[in-house]
Parts: sequence; C-alpha cells; structure tokens
Amino acid sequence: MKKLDFKLKLLLSLILAAIALALLAYLDANRGQYSYTLSILERSAIYAVVAVAMNLLTGFTGLFSLGQAGFMAIGAYTVAILTIPVEARDAVYYVNGIADGLANAHLPLWAALIVGGIFAAVLGWLIGYPVLRLKSDYLAIATLGFSEIIRAFISAPQFDRITNGSYGLKSIPSFPSTFMVFGVSALCIFLMVMILRSSYGRAFRAIREDETAAEAMGINLSKHKQMAFVISCFFTGVAGGMLAVYMRSIDAKSFQIGLTYDILLIVVLGGIGSVTGSILGSFLMTAGREWLRFFDDPLMIGDFSVPLFRTGFRMVIFSLILMAIVLYYRKGLMGTKEFSWDGLYRFLRHNLYLRWRKPVAGPKGGDGQ
Amino acid sequence: MTLTTFLQHGLTGISLGGAYALIAIGYTMVYGILRLINFAHGEIFMMAGYFMIFAIASFPWFLAIPIVIIATVILGVLIEKLAYKPLRSAPRMSIMISAIGVSYLLQNLATYLFTALPKGYPSIPFLKKIFQIGDVSASLVTIITPFLTLALVYLLILLINHSKMGMAMRSVSKDFETSQLMGIKINQVISMTFIVGSFLAAIGSILYFTDRMTVFPFSGMLPGLKCFVAAVLGGIGSIPGAVIGGFILGIGETALVAMGYSTFSDAFTFAILIVMLLFRPTGLFGEKEVDKV
Repeated sequence: MKKLDFKLKLLLSLILAAIALALLAYLDANRGQYSYTLSILERSAIYAVVAVAMNLLTGFTGLFSLGQAGFMAIGAYTVAILTIPVEARDAVYYVNGIADGLANAHLPLWAALIVGGIFAAVLGWLIGYPVLRLKSDYLAIATLGFSEIIRAFISAPQFDRITNGSYGLKSIPSFPSTFMVFGVSALCIFLMVMILRSSYGRAFRAIREDETAAEAMGINLSKHKQMAFVISCFFTGVAGGMLAVYMRSIDAKSFQIGLTYDILLIVVLGGIGSVTGSILGSFLMTAGREWLRFFDDPLMIGDFSVPLFRTGFRMVIFSLILMAIVLYYRKGLMGTKEFSWDGLYRFLRHNLYLRWRKPVAGPKGGDGQ
Repeated sequence: MTLTTFLQHGLTGISLGGAYALIAIGYTMVYGILRLINFAHGEIFMMAGYFMIFAIASFPWFLAIPIVIIATVILGVLIEKLAYKPLRSAPRMSIMISAIGVSYLLQNLATYLFTALPKGYPSIPFLKKIFQIGDVSASLVTIITPFLTLALVYLLILLINHSKMGMAMRSVSKDFETSQLMGIKINQVISMTFIVGSFLAAIGSILYFTDRMTVFPFSGMLPGLKCFVAAVLGGIGSIPGAVIGGFILGIGETALVAMGYSTFSDAFTFAILIVMLLFRPTGLFGEKEVDKV
C-alpha cells in the first residue's frame, strides 16, 4: 500500500483549510450578496456539531439515543436567557415578566455557550443514570420520551417567568462574526475527535463491538456509557445554543422530534461511525434541501405547466432520496471510514490512473488495496 | 369537581383510551413479530384520516368507511414490502431508521398533497348524535368507542388463538428462524400482521378524528408515540396488555387535562414510559426475556 509523505499531507490539509478560510472571508466581505449562502453554511456547521455528537453515541459507542432535540433545547434556552440584552428583557417577557433572579443575569456569548453545554451535560448525567441500563430500541424510545418531557416543561405556563412559555424568546443577539460559528463548530468537532482518539474513545468502540468482551477486558461499562452520553449531551447543548443565536428567536416548537430525525438522517447519510461523514452529511443535507428548491416552483415547458411541481414537492423528493440511501446504500457516504489524504489518493489512483494504464497488474478486485 | 363533570371526563378518557388501544395493538403486533418499533404506524393512522376526508366527499359514509379501511391496509402492507422487507437480514437499527425514514416521507407527502393547514374531518351524522344520560351528554362515538374496541380485541384474540394464521403468528413471535424452518411462510405472516395493524389503525383513526375534528400532516406523530408507550406499558407483544395500556394512558391524560395541567399531558405519557422501563421493562403483561450471551 502506497502512502503519502506526512509533510505533503500536512501541506495539503493546510492548503484546504486556507482555501476554506479564504472562501469564507470572501463570502463574509460580500455579505449583502451572499447572506443566503452564508446562512446555509452556518446552519450546516451547527448541525455538523450535533451530528458528530450523535455519532459519538450511536456510531462509536453503539448507544442509539433519540434525545438530541431536547438537549439542544436546554442549550438553546440557556444561551438565549443569558445573552438577551438586559434592557430588551422587559419587551421579551412582556406578558408575565422575568423571574427576579434572572433579570440581571447576563453573560458574554462564549460563556453562555459553555454554560448551556454544562446544563445539557448535567441533565444528561441525571437522565443517563437510569436510562443507560436499557438496550437498543428501548433506549431510543426512552431518550425520545425525555426530549418530549423537556419540551413540555419549557412550554409549561408554570415556567413562564423563565422560558416565556409558548411566546418563545426573541431578540437574541446574533453572532459577532461569521467566523465565530465556524470556529466554535470546528473547535467542538476537534475536541470530540480528540476524545475519540484517546483511550476512552477506544473503550467506546470496544463497547460498540461487544459489550461482554469489553467488560471482560476490564472496561467499566456503565462508567464509559455514562461518559459518552454526557460528552454527547454537552456538545449537543453547545450546538443548541449556537442554533438559538443563529435563529435569533426560539420557542418550544423549534425543538420537536423532527429536529432529532433530521440529525439522525444526517448521521445515516454520512455513515454511522464516521466523523467526516457526519460533517459531509450535514453540509450535503442542509444544502440539498436548498438545491432541490426548484421542485417547489411551478415548471413551465412552453405553455404546458408540469403538474407535480408545487410547494412541498421538494421535501417529497428529498425524503425519497433519503429512503433510497437507507434501503440500498446502508453504509452511507463514508461507511465507518474517515476521510484521509491516503484514502483520497488511493481512490483517485484506482478510478482515474488505472483506467488509462490498464496493463498494470493490480491486485484482484482492487478495493482498499 | 361534581359527579357530572367527573363522569363526563371519565367518559372522554375511556373513549380516548379505546382509540389509543386500537392503535397500540398495531405496534405491539409488529414489535412482537419483527422486533421493530414501527415509527410509521402513527403516520399510517394520519393518512387514514386524510383518506376519510376524500372518501366521504364522493361516497356515503357506509361506503366511505370500508374504502378508508381498505386504502389504509394497502398502505400498511405496501410500506412493509417496500421499506422493511429489503432489510430483513439487516441489523435492527437499520430497520428502525428505515421506519423513521418512512414516517418522514409520509409526513412530507401529506404536506405536499394536502398542504400543512389542518383540514376539517368530516362528521358522520350518526356518530355525532348526542345522547343525554342524566346530566352527562356524549356523542355516540364516545359511547361506542370502548365497546367497539373490546369487541375487535375479542375477535383478534380469537383469530390469534384459534386459527392457523394465528398459530403461525404466535410461533413467529416466539422464534423467527425456527418457525421458518418448520415451513411457516414468514412473509405471509408478516403481511397479515401489517394488515391487522393497519385495519385497527384505520378504525382507531375514525374514532379519534371524529372527536378531534381536524387532520394535519403531523397529527399522527404524537398519538403514534403515545400508543407505542401504551404498548410498552402493557408489555410489548401482548395484545390485552396494549389494550389496558391504551386505556390507562387515555384516562390519565384526560385526568391531567381536567385538572388543568394540559401542557404536561404529553410529558405524563413519557414519564410513565420511563418509570415503567426502569422498574418493569417487560411491561405489565410482558414475558420475561432471557438475555443470551
């Protein structure tokens, strides 16, 4: 197997990062023109964090949790309550007023994001304690239940003075700069990758492969499962906080089960067990919805208007594509592999290079060699 | 609370519970046989609501009801053939994701075909007739729901205990592979399960939506999840369990609404689920499962 030189790989990675940064700077400088593109990219970056956090649980530890929307809601509400400017609060809580202890509690955005993450993590710790004893689909349905309970508490009139009940929270200040969205997302994903590469990450993978064998190897099952769950909840909470800042106004309806399903489908699209797959998946899925937008507009060929094209058709096509992936391409884009320059090099060599130099007697089959 | 209001709420609760019970049976049967949480079941129920709106537009009610039932059954079997059958040998998580995918697709399809705005559910005149018993007034649908539920469940239990198909179903739910080796046609049994489940979901939807009056593309989601909870509560795989679970949830929810905690009524369902899973994961009537290494 031919490998690329380490320096070359580093150089390629730096070039890629520089191109991405330059592109971002260009889009940001021409904000007026590209605000739509930027907002799609921002949403993708935020979803990427949640998707990687979900993958850490589902793909790497083998715990199928469907509570993402609830933990995002915790992060989002924490960040929103802590960052809405103090002078604007009377206008936001115009119906019931704000709880006395919260009226002057204000934090800068970065601190609020961390607090949001911590709240989600603490809740995750409390919930994980009983719930993680459950297996596969029972765990999924129990976490889904918790996410709904969180949503019910948020919209309950009894907590009006904290969450503003069904009126939602408005006037959340936006990000100071676009770079912050991508910076924080990249940092979160980097931290999760580091965790996955540590000995803890290897323990998570051992649990995924075989719980009994992992336990026999001396891995404390409940401790590691709990740890994976809490880490995942923390980053989901941070991402939820970012989503709140991105959306500027939130209410309990923004965090329905549909949001969890969206994230799940991103993870499936990218490949369960691949971090780069999840990142790729979230950009493709968020952008894909926009690319398919022409299905929503009436299509005229000459004077004939094609009957199927009208509002909503886009989402039907979109979900059909997703179903096709789930059914016939179960591994998703990346399977359990990660993107690497070596992999790309091999892929190109096999698909392009060998094609015009047929006589090279490659190994049979040729995949993965 | 006076006796009248108490009776009134009790009646509403029992009626809601009956509709839940019918839907919960669909979950419990599919889970018993395929070990799959059929997330699309709530959407099948929602589609049955839309079928009714269109059927009643061109047919009288006594023709519309069978049409709705047949259309729903076809939908249910079609979903099984297209979305679950190709994944029969796949890991359980893949089938579950496929079920979530189908539910997403049906929601989007309904939004596309019928718009996201709630559509009025047709009121079938004889079901809506108001009865007055003392001070308690109730429409016919509220009164017949529990009886209809019990009658259907009785028939279903007869089918399962005394017919060849029912025996095959029981055998498949005990051991999938051995039944296959014994010559049971697995695909027929699974199709039958989906036929029964969708049939009951169609009837449940008529009873449920006649009381609610509107249908919209997401109206199947929460009732669907709640009925799954009902199935877990009763012990997944057990039909009497699903029925009792449905009644418990329906009555509990109505009681919370009556006490003024309506925002917590959904949370109550899931709280029950979690408490149940922690203390008795096999449900009230479930069989004890042995974990094999």
